[in-house]
Formats: sequence, structure tokens, C-alpha cells
Amino acid sequence: MRAPATLRGKVKLIASVVPVSALIFILMLLAPAAKPATPQSEEAVNQHYLSPIEMELSGDGRLLYVVCQASDELRVVDLGSGKVVGIVPVGHVPRGIALAPDGRQIYVTNAWSDTVSVIDSATLKVMRTLPTGFEPTGIVCDKSGKTLYVANRLSSDIFVIDVTTGQEIKRLLAGRGASYLALSADGKWIYGTHIYPNAGAFRTQPISEITVIDTAHQAVIERKQLHNAAGVFHVALSADGKLGVAAQLRPKNLIPLAHVEHGWAFGDSLTLFGDDIGGTLQLPIDELDRYYALPWGVAITPDKSKMFVTTAGSESVTVIDVRKLLAFAKSQRQSAGNLANDLSASANYVTARIPVGRNPRGTLLSADGKRLYVANRLDDNISVIDTSSDKIASTIDLGGPRIINALRRGEQLFFTADYAFQGQFGCANCHLDATIDGLQWDLEPDGFGKDIVDNRSLESLAGTEPFKWNGGNPDMPTECGPRTEKFFYRSQSYTPQELIDLVTFVYSLPYRPNRYRLPNGEPTPAQERGKAIFERTKYKSGKPIPEKNQCAYCHSGPKYTNQQQVDVGTGKSTDRSPIIDVPQLPNVAYSAPYLHDGSARSLEEIWTVFNPKDTHGVSNDLTKDELNDLIEYLKTL
Amino acid sequence: MRTKPKIRFAGVTGVLAFSFFALLAVAQDMPHFRWENFTIANGLPDNHVFCVLVDGNRIWAGTENGLGLYANGAWKTFRPADGLAHQAVLSLALDKRTGDVWAGTMGGLSRISAGRIDNFTQLNSGLSNDIVYGVGVQGDFVWTATAAGASRFDTRTGQWALFNERNTPMYEIWTYAVSPAEDKVYYAVWGGGVLEYDVKTEHWKDYNDPDGETELVLMKDQGLIHEITTSVSYVDKILWVATYFGASRYDGRYWHNFLQKDSGLPSNFLNQIKAVDGNRAWFSTDKGLAYYDGATWAVYRPALDTHKPEMLVRDAAGAVKKVAVQTAPAHNYVLGVDFQGDDLWVATAKGLSHGVRQHGSTKSSTETAQVLPPARKSRQKK
Repeated sequence: MRAPATLRGKVKLIASVVPVSALIFILMLLAPAAKPATPQSEEAVNQHYLSPIEMELSGDGRLLYVVCQASDELRVVDLGSGKVVGIVPVGHVPRGIALAPDGRQIYVTNAWSDTVSVIDSATLKVMRTLPTGFEPTGIVCDKSGKTLYVANRLSSDIFVIDVTTGQEIKRLLAGRGASYLALSADGKWIYGTHIYPNAGAFRTQPISEITVIDTAHQAVIERKQLHNAAGVFHVALSADGKLGVAAQLRPKNLIPLAHVEHGWAFGDSLTLFGDDIGGTLQLPIDELDRYYALPWGVAITPDKSKMFVTTAGSESVTVIDVRKLLAFAKSQRQSAGNLANDLSASANYVTARIPVGRNPRGTLLSADGKRLYVANRLDDNISVIDTSSDKIASTIDLGGPRIINALRRGEQLFFTADYAFQGQFGCANCHLDATIDGLQWDLEPDGFGKDIVDNRSLESLAGTEPFKWNGGNPDMPTECGPRTEKFFYRSQSYTPQELIDLVTFVYSLPYRPNRYRLPNGEPTPAQERGKAIFERTKYKSGKPIPEKNQCAYCHSGPKYTNQQQVDVGTGKSTDRSPIIDVPQLPNVAYSAPYLHDGSARSLEEIWTVFNPKDTHGVSNDLTKDELNDLIEYLKTL
Repeated sequence: MRTKPKIRFAGVTGVLAFSFFALLAVAQDMPHFRWENFTIANGLPDNHVFCVLVDGNRIWAGTENGLGLYANGAWKTFRPADGLAHQAVLSLALDKRTGDVWAGTMGGLSRISAGRIDNFTQLNSGLSNDIVYGVGVQGDFVWTATAAGASRFDTRTGQWALFNERNTPMYEIWTYAVSPAEDKVYYAVWGGGVLEYDVKTEHWKDYNDPDGETELVLMKDQGLIHEITTSVSYVDKILWVATYFGASRYDGRYWHNFLQKDSGLPSNFLNQIKAVDGNRAWFSTDKGLAYYDGATWAVYRPALDTHKPEMLVRDAAGAVKKVAVQTAPAHNYVLGVDFQGDDLWVATAKGLSHGVRQHGSTKSSTETAQVLPPARKSRQKK
């Protein structure tokens, strides 16, 4: 079912002329066009949700510190009363939390401020703010309490920070999209994961890593390779240090996605490692006819009897019997075959699925292992699970708005996998945290290896229509509606209201802060030179450059796209058509690889490899210095 | 009067004896090594070793056919099939803070980090050229010397800065080696002398042979000995320079040049210079490995004629003593050295050598001294 033409037309027209905030309001007013509903008031529009995402327990176990991503706060819950007893404003888009060993300091990473807030746990005041790399996410404090380790998602590194001085000691190379860290119980090792796959050869299986840091030397000593894993989330260690587990996705991006009904687009799985395993072992948590999408948070009970995995797209917690798991792993070690793709395997060790709230993310066990806390990001509450019965014991309301507006409903739709065949995946599987996944997909049912497409960013899409790399979807309702629900999900359709909600959310996604612009807004000399190259109309010889070969012709307007489809010579023999939609350029630095099929692994390769005839802008008369300048400018857009 | 000859004879004997024992003492002060040599026969990727890097207990050897890593008594080889940018590894540098190793190859720059290899080439990055003769780490920056100028990679931001004839006094862009420090970065520019980058002011300055002669040394100690520079080493604010026509030392005000004819250098053809401090340095030449402690020289090599292990010591007065030794580096043609405590690792054209420093009785029991006639003055090339 296609969205009504009148609706699509309205959305496109509005999106091109109004700001996003106004757009959201108007989109909600348009809802009756799709489904009779009460137009939402401005009050409904202006709700400020919390979006709890990570947690820590106070040293005495009485307080639960909850990082609230959307409200830029740390909320403090008294576990005795189940009430919020403190609110600490922190930086923008907080995403990670750690406690000092003595519990006196709470550290919160602020992903969009590039800082760590240091909070005094006694006064609940922010005492200091420490600089980090780009988009700090996971954080741990070492056993001595003297050193912080911060995983920076956009700079793909791990900062080592001296707590006393607040200064960076060094930065360690991590996997692309470095995000989550875990400290071993003995404090000797830190394990790090990353959400985007490391750069690899075009059209090969993605490879990720678990980065192992020796805390004594503050150096990376090992990178455990995770084959065919892209999207690796939380990692946890058993108390005895012999078992490690990381939650991850295994994409099948090399075959047409149209085959979801014959297999799967993503395998939801775990990587196990440590002495209990010997090397690494990937095992599924899915079942043959039901998937548990986006495994995110992981925890192992202190007695190593159970393991818990939040599945962010399936609104549940998967419970694993560790003894059975290890026995199965041991028995299968001696046989050949890829266990991660054998969905029947999970029956050997998965013992329960506990329904929780929407988009469950971070999870945390009490010190005695009797209670499991789960942050339901899109319900603004915490599920408290009795780990002996595997039942919900209580739900802690964090005090978010009671009204659920269209934007929030759209966000809930974006992150759920409920709409896909067998619950296989949702929008957020490919658009991790509403960004990209760093993968190239074979989406169309036109044969293996045909029409390969790179995953595109969702930031600030209004005014960039049409969508798809061939420009085939004229507007967002078409992109999110029939394309997604029918073609990708192969399952139930969105209602018109749901489609409006989903489009509202997608259009609301803003640009992330650009880290390549100087704080004073002035360009560097290189950026200034690059801008002149971008805007030039003549070859260096003085001869005029044909209009269509000028960078700024196609990449024009506020978002650096003229919204046209053109052949710039980047089509491949495997493409049905060389006509490509002109992509927008803001924050292009974050979205490698490049070109419609992701064949350019870096911005440089767009011109050094894939522009031999100057059809994609004139670049062959540039020196290497000048090409570098052009790229420095592009990074600032 | 009849006693005079006796006195004269006794005097001469005394002087000779004094010289002998003085030289012996000098010889004993110079470092002695037991050389252990590695070739493809015992696991080295290739016998032609361009460079060597000490990384704690691990040794990296850049060869013509792969990067070798010696650890726990065994060699592991990295080649393009293992992810390396190119099999010919020309230069190596260690980021001491992170443990990452940077390898300059004939096909780009590779970063080896706990087993993961990332490659930076002129096509996929801002690197100026794929032939990376030299590499050095200075804080967050990785400096490279390439066949098309210098590049600086900011590991913090991923930004590249290129330095060449357009923005420096670099009239020849064939940069051959780099020695970065906190305050200055020095480049050896093959045919272009030495370039100095002032970290604070971000200004470049060049040093060239003041006589401007390619084949002559007209003005010794008035500047850089020659413009065909191959290596720089900046330690304790002293710059050491290797060229194909001798070596130079510069303290910021005065130059001192070293030539085969008036120093203990075994040859004017130098591939590398590596300073220990402001007074001491190691010289990799085509006729052996030389060491200078500020007064005395020592040369380690297989003898040029017999190929038997040889150690020569030349004192400040120019007297040369031959010290009998049992071992020598793998070959005379030395391309580079690195230090492992008191030990030395040496890259040669026919293998990698580990100089195990000998102390006390170990060395004296294996050596005898023989005073050689003064070295004949070599004629200047014309």
C-alpha cells in the first residue's frame, strides 16, 4: 500500500520550506488525512522525554544513577522507595556512566558536548567537566580510581584520562565507532567494542574487534577479531574473569535483502571469549522462527549461573543458562560448522525471554545478583527483574511525560523490530542509534551483487528529497511506508497514523555537531583554500569548467544537494542505471565509505580512484595539496 | 753521548708502550659486542634489511620482502597478504605512548596496532606519496618523508598537512628521513640538504652545503657537509646529519663535519646516523658500522678483504688499533641501527644483526690489540 498521494505531496512541500520543529507540529496536524485522530496540541508537541539509557548503582546499592539521554540529565533513584530523589543536569546527549571505586565521583559522558561530567555523589553537583574525543560514549574508571578510559564513537579511539589533572594522557586506537567498555573484576583488563565495522575491502564480510587494554601499561595488547560482525554493543565479564560476552549483530549484507523470508537479514548473537571458551565463539540468541533484534546490554550474575541480554528491538530480555551455554560451547568446539548461523542452537542455552519496556538498553545487576535493572529508553522507566524467577518485580517510573506525542511514537516505531517478518529487524538495525551502520547492502531482488548501495545518513533529511540512491522514492512517506514495510519487512503495514509518526521522527533527526569547524567559526587556511576549489568555475588553466562539472552546481543549496539525479560516471557495471541521486554533504566526514555503493573507502578515493575523467567534478588538475584542502573543507560542511 | 741512542730507543719504546697501553685502554672503553646474525635461514623475511626498530623485547625488521617481528625467539612476517601496504618496508617508528608501530613502505604507510594493520596511501588518504622513506612520531603527529615531500598526519583529527616546494624552502622534494622532537622537526632531503621545522613558530628553515659544490668540500665546518642527505638525528638539541659525502654535527651555532680522511668514519657514504646523545652517535656506512663517543671511533664489520670479524678503534690522535673479535655484523653495508638498552640491532644488506654488549672479562678475554700504521690520507674526489 502506498501512502496517499495527497499526503506525500503535503509532506514533501512542507518539508522543503519549513523548519523541522514547525514541520513536526504540522505533520501531526496532518494525521487526520491518514487516520481520523485528534490533532495534538502544542502541549503534546512540547513534551520533553527522558530516554534512560545507562545506569550505575551507588556503592551501598541504595541508589540507582540513571543517564537520561534526551533530557541531558542524570536522575537518581532511591531503590528503597522507587522514587527519583535527585536530578543532575549534565552535558548534551549523555550516553555513558561510571563510578569511582570509592563511589565518591560519578562520571557521565556527554556525547554531543565531547565532555565528561564529574559529579560529586554526595552533593550531586557537577564539580568538573573534562574534555574528550568526538562523541564520548562508554566510560570506565580503573581500580585505582586514578584513570578514566573513555570510548569516543566518532573519533574511534579510547581516551586515557588522568582523573587528578583531568588531562588526557594518551589516546588508544579502537574499532570504528568505539562505544562500550568493561573492566575485568581484577582490574587488569578493559574490553572495548565498537558499533561500526572496521574498514575492509569492498564487498567482503564485515569484521569487528574486541579491543583489549592492559591497564598496567595503558596500552592495547590484543584485538579479538569478530568475523562477520557489524554492530557490537555492550561487553561484560564474569566475576572470575574467565568468561566474556559481547552483544552483536551479524548482517547478511552481501546477499539481496529480499530474501528475509528465506533466512534473515541480521543474526542477533553473542561473542563469547575468555578461558572458559578458549579463543572466541559466536552463538545466536534467535530462534528458528522468531528473532530477538538488536542485542544491546549484557550482564553476568556474580555466581556465573545466568547471563542476561537486552534486545533493544524486541522489547525483551533474553536469559541464558551459563552452565548450559558453556557445555554446549564445549561440545560444539569439537565439531566444524558455523554455530552463529545455526538458529536451532539457542534452544540449548536460552531459558527465558522476559518482556520489558520499549527499546531496552543498558542493564545492570545488583551486587548480590538478585535484581536486574533494565533501562527502557522509550518508556522512561526501569524494569526491575527478580533474577531467581526471571519475572518483573517492579517498574520504576523516572517521571517522564505522560503524554506520548507523535514524535515519541515515531521514535518507538523506528526502534522496534515488531513490524518485520518474525521480528527480524527494525529501522534501527541499519540506522544504529539513528545513524548509519557502515555497511553496503544488496537490497534489490535483481540478482546477487546487483545495485549495491551504501547506507545513507538520516541527519536533517527535510529538503533533500527524493530518497534512495536512484532517487526512486519521492518523499519520506514512500521511503518509510511501502519501501520499508512491504519490501524490507515483508510483514504488516504501518497504519497511516503510524507512518506519519515515523516520518515525523525521521525528519526530526538533527545534524550532529561538526567537529571540524574551529570554535570561532573561522575557517583554517586549508579549509578556506578548499572552499575556493569547491566553488571554482574555472580550471587552473583558466578555461571554464562546464557547469555540471562544478562541485557547487550539484552540491548546492543549504544542504549541498540540488535534489537531482545525475550520471557523474560513478556507476558500476553491476548497477542497473548510472543515474545517482545527489547526496547532501553536511557531516559527510562521519559517513564513510562513499559513493552510492560505498566503493570509495575514503573521501580521497572519490577522486583519486573513481573520477578518472573528471565527470564527478573536476579534480584531475589538482595537486595532492589542493585535493587535501578540498577534503578539509568538505569535512566542515 | 753513547747513551743517547739508548735513551732515544728507550724513549721511543716508552712512547710506543704508552701509546699501546693508552690505545688498549681506549679500545677497552669502546663498546664491545658479540654479534648474533639473522637471515632468512633462521626466519628473517628477507636478507636485505632496510631498517630496524626496537620495541621493548620485540624487534621489528623492515626488509625488502616483508616486515619481520622477532618476539619470544621466533619471527613473524607481515606482507600485503597480511594487510601490510607493501612488502618493501623502508622505515619504522614507534609511538611509545600507545605501542603502535608505523611502517613506511614503497606502497604507503602502515599502522600496526596490536595486530591490526591500517594503511594510508596517496589514493586513500592525504599522504603525499606512497614511497615513504622515513617516518617519525611526535606526540599526536606522525611525520613522513616521502618521494614527493613531507606529510604530517594528525592522529587526533585525521587531518593531513603536506610540506613541499610550495610552502617550504624545499627545492628538492625527495625527502629521505625525518627526526621529530618536541621543539624541532628535521628532514633529510636527498639533494636538498636539511630542513628544520620550528614547532612553536611553524616556520621552516633550510640548511645547505655552503660551498654549493656537489663533489668538493671547500669549506669544512662552515655548514652542512653535503646536500645529498640521507638521515638526520636530533637528540639533546644537537642535530646529526648523514650524507653520501660525510657526516655533520650542528649544535645550533657551530657545524662540525666528519670525513673518512680525518675521522674514524670507515666511509663517507652514510645510510643512517643515529645519535645516543649530543656527543655520541652511530653511523651506518657502506663499509661498516661506526661509533663515535666524542673523541674515539670504533668500527665493526667483517673485514673488507678477509671478511673475518673486525673491530677497529681510532683514538683522538688518529692512532688506529685493531681489536681481535670473534663476531661481526652480518655485512659491511649497514642501513640502520636501533638501541635495546646497551645492545644494538643493525640492519644490513645481508641480514639483521644483534650486537649483544659485552662487559668486563667477557670482552677482554677475546681481544688483543694491534697498533696499525696511521691511515693513509684519502684523496679528495674531483
